[in-house]
Amino acid sequence: MSVRLVQPAVAVPALNEYAAAGAPVGALEAAALALRRDLKLAFRKPAQLVQPLAFFALVTMLFPLAISPELAQLRQVAPGALWAAALLASLLAFEFLFRDDALDGTLEQYVLSGQSLTALLFAKTLAHWLLTGVPLACMTPFAALSLGAPTSALPGISAAVVLGSITLSLIGSIGAGITLGIKRSSALLSLLTLPLSLPVLIFGARATQLAIAGGALVAPLELLAALAVLGVTLAPLAAAAAVRISLE
Amino acid sequence: MRFTWFHRLGSPPYVYGLARRLTPWFAWPAAGLILYGLWGGLVTAPPDYQQGDGFRIIYVHAPSAWMSLMVYTTLALAAAVGLIWRIKVAHAAAASCAAIGASFTVAALVTGSLWGRPMWGTYWQWDPRLTSELVLFFLYLGYMGLRAGIEDTQRADRASALLAVVGVVNVPIIHYSVTWWNSLHQAPSVMALQKPTLAVAMLVPLLVMLLGFTLFFAAVFLVRLRAEILVRERASSWIAEVVEP
Repeated sequence: MSVRLVQPAVAVPALNEYAAAGAPVGALEAAALALRRDLKLAFRKPAQLVQPLAFFALVTMLFPLAISPELAQLRQVAPGALWAAALLASLLAFEFLFRDDALDGTLEQYVLSGQSLTALLFAKTLAHWLLTGVPLACMTPFAALSLGAPTSALPGISAAVVLGSITLSLIGSIGAGITLGIKRSSALLSLLTLPLSLPVLIFGARATQLAIAGGALVAPLELLAALAVLGVTLAPLAAAAAVRISLE
Repeated sequence: MRFTWFHRLGSPPYVYGLARRLTPWFAWPAAGLILYGLWGGLVTAPPDYQQGDGFRIIYVHAPSAWMSLMVYTTLALAAAVGLIWRIKVAHAAAASCAAIGASFTVAALVTGSLWGRPMWGTYWQWDPRLTSELVLFFLYLGYMGLRAGIEDTQRADRASALLAVVGVVNVPIIHYSVTWWNSLHQAPSVMALQKPTLAVAMLVPLLVMLLGFTLFFAAVFLVRLRAEILVRERASSWIAEVVEP
């Protein structure tokens, strides 16, 4: 592996300071620093944060225009519309997951840092989820209302999006890691990640449907949570392997 | 116990020669079995009491669907071996599986939809097995797309191998969630044609076809593996000994 002498946008300063002081940095501590750095950087470019949300709102808007403005009809397609829009919006955001850090060399520094790459990438993915998944979950109730969902359904829908977007971000971290070195990779990225996201779509849409109908939605929510747990356990390992391969 | 025979499987020239020698041993039995199975399935087997002659497409459909999964498993296994032990031949094997598996998947999808027309009254039904098969097709497409997207062969090998391993972990999850989804959304009346226990006269040709398709895959795989090795080793000197100018 070649070490490029490119100064990262925000050089992982805290890591260096610790290293200079001779104090060993634990994996958790390093991950927390990486998380804080990612959040800080993201808030410097608010436009990138807003874009997936605007995209989500736009896609949701397409359904009333394409199908019918009648709420009774929209209510029936609302689960599918919301989840298709959420899936597409998070897909759009996957591209930003590692790209900037790969371009300015930060990722290579992570690989060389001697810290657990799995933990660092998990922190990055967590930051990504906080910056895209959580806002998406906050925004879905409004979109759901506009598609005719009753107010009583909103907490359930938000819960489904919160749980589902964890898994989506984790799947995205694998896809983004694998396609890191490829130029114009967005079509490929969706081809790789969408089939893996289908279980989230199925259970998420089912939970939304039950929430709108007023049924018990514990079962699909539990399945979404199970997927999230499985993702948290395995996906960071795969993402770390992917990034290592891409930077080789 | 010595594992020299195993270690030699990591050497491209050895595997190239082995593949060349083995190909006819798979190809001829495959041809024989498929011809026998077709004869048995299309002529000897009695028509189904419900589906008439329409059921006969099962003799191509079921083996194709079976192979589409088996080839993906083989691909992921070879990819994992290549990823873990960094064996070049294993990566070549995984790469040569992809197109064959995707073709079997297409065959299963097309025959399934042709069978659906007279049986279900429609070419496409969102039946869980057809849907999972379609997802499998996209997994193959993703694998091949990733390979095509990365210039450097070694990096393409390792990245696509990782994708195959991730895919193979996900295949059962996808399959079961699709089954679950389908049992919620679809009235069971569409599946009125319950899978009957096959009569022996129908079952034997099916098993023969399964074996025939498996051997056919092995033969095509060996030919593709040789081509893949030739491309990868084009700069090596041993090529001159096996390929006539």
